[in-house]
Amino acid sequence: MQNGENLVSHAEDHEGTRRDFLYYATAGAGAVTAGAAIWPLIDQMNPSADVQALSSIRVDVAGVEPGTQITVKWLGKPVFIRRRTDEEIEASRGVEVSALPDGIARNDNIDGQVPATDENRTLDEGGEWLVQMGVCTHLGCVPIGNAGDYTLDGNVGGWFCPCHGSHYDLAGRIRKGPAPENLPVPVAAFVDESTIKLG
Amino acid sequence: MSGIPHDHYEPTTKGQKWLHRRLPIAGLLYDTIMIPTPKNLNWMWIWGIVLTFCLVLQIVTGIVLAMHYTPHVDEAFASVEHIMRNVNGGHMIRYLHMNGASLFFLAVYIHIFRGLYYGSYKAPREITWIIGMLIYLLMMGTAFMGYVLPWGQMSFWGATVITGLFGAIPFIGEALQTWLLGGPAVDNATLNRFFSLHYLLPFIIAALVAIHIWAFHTTGNNNPTGVEVRRTSKAEAEKDTVPFWPYFVIKDLFALAVIMVIFFAIVGFMPNYLGHPDNYIEANPLVTPSHIVPEWYFLPFYAILRAFTADVWVVMAASWITGGIINAKFFGVLAMFGSIIVMLLAPWLDTSEVRSGRYRPMFKWWFWLLVIDFVVLMWAGAMPAEPPYSTISLIGASYWFAYFLVILPLLGVIEKPQPQPQTIEEDFDAHVGKAQAPAE
Amino acid sequence: MLKKIGISAIVALSLSAGGATAAGGEAHVEDIDFSFEGPFGTYDQAQLQRGLKIYTRVCAACHGMKYVPIRTLHDEDGPGMPMDQVRAYAEQNVMVEDEETGELREAKPVDHFPESMDPNAPDLSLIAKKRAGFHGPYGTGINQLFKGMGGPEYIYSLLTGYTGKDKMEAGTLFYENTAFPGGWIAMAPPLYGEDVEFNDGHANDLESEAEDVSAFLMWAAEPKMMARKQAGLTGVIFLTVLSVLLYLTNKRLWAPIKGKKPPQG
Repeated sequence: MQNGENLVSHAEDHEGTRRDFLYYATAGAGAVTAGAAIWPLIDQMNPSADVQALSSIRVDVAGVEPGTQITVKWLGKPVFIRRRTDEEIEASRGVEVSALPDGIARNDNIDGQVPATDENRTLDEGGEWLVQMGVCTHLGCVPIGNAGDYTLDGNVGGWFCPCHGSHYDLAGRIRKGPAPENLPVPVAAFVDESTIKLG
Repeated sequence: MSGIPHDHYEPTTKGQKWLHRRLPIAGLLYDTIMIPTPKNLNWMWIWGIVLTFCLVLQIVTGIVLAMHYTPHVDEAFASVEHIMRNVNGGHMIRYLHMNGASLFFLAVYIHIFRGLYYGSYKAPREITWIIGMLIYLLMMGTAFMGYVLPWGQMSFWGATVITGLFGAIPFIGEALQTWLLGGPAVDNATLNRFFSLHYLLPFIIAALVAIHIWAFHTTGNNNPTGVEVRRTSKAEAEKDTVPFWPYFVIKDLFALAVIMVIFFAIVGFMPNYLGHPDNYIEANPLVTPSHIVPEWYFLPFYAILRAFTADVWVVMAASWITGGIINAKFFGVLAMFGSIIVMLLAPWLDTSEVRSGRYRPMFKWWFWLLVIDFVVLMWAGAMPAEPPYSTISLIGASYWFAYFLVILPLLGVIEKPQPQPQTIEEDFDAHVGKAQAPAE
Repeated sequence: MLKKIGISAIVALSLSAGGATAAGGEAHVEDIDFSFEGPFGTYDQAQLQRGLKIYTRVCAACHGMKYVPIRTLHDEDGPGMPMDQVRAYAEQNVMVEDEETGELREAKPVDHFPESMDPNAPDLSLIAKKRAGFHGPYGTGINQLFKGMGGPEYIYSLLTGYTGKDKMEAGTLFYENTAFPGGWIAMAPPLYGEDVEFNDGHANDLESEAEDVSAFLMWAAEPKMMARKQAGLTGVIFLTVLSVLLYLTNKRLWAPIKGKKPPQG
């Protein structure tokens, strides 16, 4: 009898733990199910597939002659693509970094903070192609090309923001005015001789 | 709040007392969730929770869809395709919303028939019943307007046909229809206002649901015996009831989970089964589909609408008496709305002393015939309006009215009910098992 | 007892679905065993690519597919073509109107397939969903429970259902077709067999071509089908586990109320 009673109370103990376990398991499974239901509701607000597909675009630059530039829309913002002449390259490469208000290259293609030399700003080693966001770093206006105090003779190269008078030089570096930084250079690369891929 | 004696919320800690003196919300929640519930409720009492879940599901998925949908005739169809193809998980959310409407109506029909069988509409629960019917009417309006939004062929022509019902009302009909549509035909103005109302009405439904619950928490739940909970003392009441939490919450959640398994199987594997293929064709005001059918949940009432044609004698009589004001078209509209109004009047049409159909031997037969009638009408509503379907619709519609207007009042007089249990406890012990029963 | 309500309601559901289209004539639709049928069915990438080729060479002459973005040809759950192939396909096969300049230009992957060239030719983006091949019996939709909606089967049957007879009516030439509701269709037989050659030498008889292009159009109409089935399956498994746990919890919770000892393990 004694043994039997012990067995029973032992079994009841066991019963209690098993019941607790069942309750916890049910609550846990319920919580996981609720969580799984919530994620899609959050994820649907992320950029949709058509928006994501535009995060990288290809630009045909076959028609861009030296000394001219085009503006394309990318991620809802303008991007300036300029093919510079030899004179522009030469003049721009002569600028001392120490003379610049912003000495950092602001080039997304280069890791780390490198000095804002002309070489660190351009797409190709020769310095012919300059690709940069057309958004003034002051308050977001779109600067005007071939304008400002840092153009070559005859208003060649350089950018000027009409909103608050920021002047950018031949490599899109801020030289004068309220803007704090150089025009940012986005991720860009040549995929073939006449096509630049942005993003 | 509730008439059944039970423990009320007592704030214990300082913080609880502070809050309770200013806003007794914890007490309200406690009383709602711990409400004494008849312990003999069967599996037909789960549909309320399923319906609450459906309302939440539709509101949540609907808000999400509204973030991506464009209510303009030129872009509505394309924006739905945008949801289906581009939005992250959008195809699933849209299919959930689409099939959620079907689950909503399936549940509400079972819920309503449950009420009809167990006499849940009878005193003192008339207000609960009427609020419930109002919720059902709003559901129909919301679902109808929601179906217009994808701007497919069925959306457009469904909207045209259904708003045409209002045009059948004598004298003011045409003006009313133009006012509803915002123009001579279904167009951009219609789509825009339907979108706005489709977004608004669910919140009104939610408010009515709160009142529905408030009402039956005041009277107490009905139960399969129809016998009221004893209220003379808390001890007696506790013999008939258990608190809603956890007993019925867990039971209802279990039922909901099982229903969700089936629901997800449908959404995942055959989401378009309950839809109409024509709604994947963009709306075209110049081409009518060969056969316009409403969604399945409207079919019984659609059948009643079409049943009363000009050659039916009641229609002819009505037309003759009113001097032609009530023509066949208007009669159909009256019949359709009337079929819901007679349900609304059930508390006063049913003369029986006995509440639950379980103890009414004759009533049972007529009730099940009504269920079959409903299914037959649903089938007839999907068929073309020609013999023999029009005849079947007419017989079905006639029975629908006869049930409420003739059979329910008469049965109370001629039927001899079977003995009912004295208490809920007695019924529970007899059918489920006594709490003190010896171990097996 | 009231369980019957549930059952009759479910019967009613299946009764009404598809009862709608029962009136549309006794067209003959062949039931094809497509790879994407059933809860675990998936699209066959090679088949979709063959279907794309047939669509491009034959259907696209008149029909458009304006809701389908070309980039989705790259989708893993779809044709799964490498991105450079998709880009080349867009440039070589599709001309679109530029949004900004309004001029015709070669398409890019982000562009959609164009609209129909012929205004009388329906857009094919959703053709596999806007036609139901199977109906009945007796106005109930029960057949669709077993055979599926039958959209791609309808397309297959239409493409292979020409009898060779034609007639002039009101200035239009109609062709007899066993799958088309009414039996006479304005579209000339688009496929005859050997309309395209496949690089891997896959069969290009009329039946194979019809099957491939039907599968492709099914994908075009329902590109997220595989993700959907997966989500459905995950939901079913999750909720089944939850149901079992809730069942056991419920049983144990009620045991003292029902006067039963909890089941001995």
